[in-house]
Amino acid sequence: MTAAQKPARMAESVKDAAIAAFLVAVLGLFFFGLRTDIGPGGLDLTYRWGLWFIAIAITFGVRLLLNLFVFKAAKPVTSGIKVTVPAGLKSVIGRFLGPVLLVVAMCLPFIIMLLFPNRDRQFIDLAILIMTYVMLGWGLNIVVGLAGLLDLGYVAFYAVGAYSFALLAQHLNIGFWTALPLAGLLAAFWGIILGYPVLRLRGDYLAIVTLAFGEIIRVVLLNWYDFTGGPNGISGIPKPSFFGLDFTRTGGFADFFGIEFATIHRFIYLYYIILVLALITNFVTLRLRKLPIGRAWEALREDEIACRSLGINTTNTKLTAFSIGAMFAGFAGSFFATRQGFISPESFTFLESAIILAIVVLGGLGSQVGVVIASVVMIGGIEILRNLGFLKQIFGPDFEPTQYRMLIFGLAMVLIMVWKPRGIISSRNPSAVYKERKKISSDMVAQGEGH
Amino acid sequence: METAMNTTSTHNWDHNVVLSVEHLTMRFGGLLAVNDLSFNVGRGDITALIGPNGAGKTTVFNCVTGFYKPTEGRIVMRHGQGFQSERVEALTRTGRQFDDAGEDRVFLLERMPDFEISKRAKVARTFQNIRLFGGMTALENLLVAQHNPLMIASSMTIGGIFNLPGYRKARAEAIDFAAYWLEKTGLIDRADDPAADLPYGAQRRLEIARAMCTRPHLLCLDEPAAGLNPRESTELNELLQYIRKDHDTSILLIEHDMGVVMQISDHVVVLDYGQKIADGNAESVKNDPKVISAYLGVDEDEVEAVEETIDQAIREAEERAEDSDTGGKS
Repeated sequence: MTAAQKPARMAESVKDAAIAAFLVAVLGLFFFGLRTDIGPGGLDLTYRWGLWFIAIAITFGVRLLLNLFVFKAAKPVTSGIKVTVPAGLKSVIGRFLGPVLLVVAMCLPFIIMLLFPNRDRQFIDLAILIMTYVMLGWGLNIVVGLAGLLDLGYVAFYAVGAYSFALLAQHLNIGFWTALPLAGLLAAFWGIILGYPVLRLRGDYLAIVTLAFGEIIRVVLLNWYDFTGGPNGISGIPKPSFFGLDFTRTGGFADFFGIEFATIHRFIYLYYIILVLALITNFVTLRLRKLPIGRAWEALREDEIACRSLGINTTNTKLTAFSIGAMFAGFAGSFFATRQGFISPESFTFLESAIILAIVVLGGLGSQVGVVIASVVMIGGIEILRNLGFLKQIFGPDFEPTQYRMLIFGLAMVLIMVWKPRGIISSRNPSAVYKERKKISSDMVAQGEGH
Repeated sequence: METAMNTTSTHNWDHNVVLSVEHLTMRFGGLLAVNDLSFNVGRGDITALIGPNGAGKTTVFNCVTGFYKPTEGRIVMRHGQGFQSERVEALTRTGRQFDDAGEDRVFLLERMPDFEISKRAKVARTFQNIRLFGGMTALENLLVAQHNPLMIASSMTIGGIFNLPGYRKARAEAIDFAAYWLEKTGLIDRADDPAADLPYGAQRRLEIARAMCTRPHLLCLDEPAAGLNPRESTELNELLQYIRKDHDTSILLIEHDMGVVMQISDHVVVLDYGQKIADGNAESVKNDPKVISAYLGVDEDEVEAVEETIDQAIREAEERAEDSDTGGKS
């Protein structure tokens, strides 16, 4: 590098950093500089110029450093940071990741009880939550990942499943195991009813209408007070029984098997219920992918017009994807109701749909293992933030890490989208093989219209 | 009806008809894309639909395959021999889409939705801009084309989930049938490669193979030779001849490559501004002054003068080419 280039680069970098600092100064003027609190006789205005200056200074400094060492540098320092996984290791990971995860999932409650004897209840509860999202992710994967239909209102079917079980239990005194298939059927039925008029739309339009339907269901649940209890929700939803044995202190599961009663039994039982439900979802999805119907879904995602020229009834094919996805959401919903014992419309907001969709997209559309990884990271990650007590010692007792969870969440999503725009696991496995199974790179796979 | 009068004709397309387009008119708002068009496609023939750009060829294709609903007219597809005029007339008077009693099925394509035309009337098509399932392998593309029989074999998916023997057998047969067509189109070595990874000429052939996997009676090809080099064009000719001969499939194609058209077509229909200007075998069409004038864009009486000029220009160009010794590249 010649000496003449160096000052020019320095000047450019300072100028660029100054522009960035100016932008922060303008944008942050009202957010950082001024603060209003409700005070006697109106609003109290406090000035926080110190904070404002700190924000500007941080921006200037960081931007200047980035300019000097990364953006405008002849040799960016990041060039050395490139993770390469050897191909052999990659295929070994690809082959064994699924079975290993399955074995871990099978033994998880006991691993937790062994490692964290004091906090086992909390961690098993978290595992149940993550597993619920895995199941929802797998269900939505049928609709979004395979059939390429962007559904922003998936939580509606989750709500239908939950309310179906809650209402059946309340009015007809039906237990969990009887209500489970009914809830799935009702959700699938709603999937068809909502899907029929909607599925002739494509891409962005479909996304908007499904979003609206998701909200409609929630608003109806909120306002139909006589039937759903409105914002008060429904409580006292029965717990699942183990072949007729309840998990009670006397005369239940523990007495029957002659073991000592512990509340943890019920949590372990719930964990295995959702594990089995999720595995059924996974099994059915993997089977369907290899059947003509699954191939038609993927073909539909690739090119709808070509599908019709080959004699595929696209409306029916989309409806099957939509209703099967809805059915699994219904199962998950009735599980959610029995786990919580109490449901209200607040549990079924758009944010839930967004989280489930984010799990599917981050995991890699159409990838089953990707959904698992994304659920563990997203749902588990949020929970970990709650437990970062040591941060309080660094930042003072007022620091509340969970307040920053959405910020970190967003940052993680941006990073993944930059690093792996097609999701964590982004290759497609062909559904039929003539001689040799080759993975298909995601660059070639269409992601449906609207993505 | 024009076609019925010519019973003394020796042309195959006048008495052994697989598809007849009758008085087809298609309007897009104020634009008259196809105007009162009638022609027949003979069983076992290769029929070419040609004409200058914007003549309405692809519109006719889209009407035949159900992607457009024609403004007026009737499109009859027959699986049996002969015109079956009485049955067609009787069917037209009812509101039904097709008469599938017995082996001699009759279909009114203008009444049927696009996917039913492929499924029941057995009319398959390819597209001008290739529409393969790019992220799926060549084999998967051909299996999607066999969706309907496989759905029935998997008892609408339920038998398939439990992997019943009936479905397993049907699946193996479907893969064999797909392999047969991959073999015929020279793609068997690329069976497990994604379709988007294939070279252009191979993608064209794969699209034809995919259409053939629906076991069609009539195969409609929209510019199959577009973008192919001369060797690939020759291979395409052979493939189409083979399909026509060994598979009992009639072919209707749109093509701009006159080499392909004149070599393999039994019957050529020429469109200009949505109207038929010529209809006959390749030789008669080639020498029809109306056709020449349409292609050259001049009046009929000027054709000879213009042709003379063009021949002159070609001769001069050839001489120049020989002088500079670049050979006779076309």
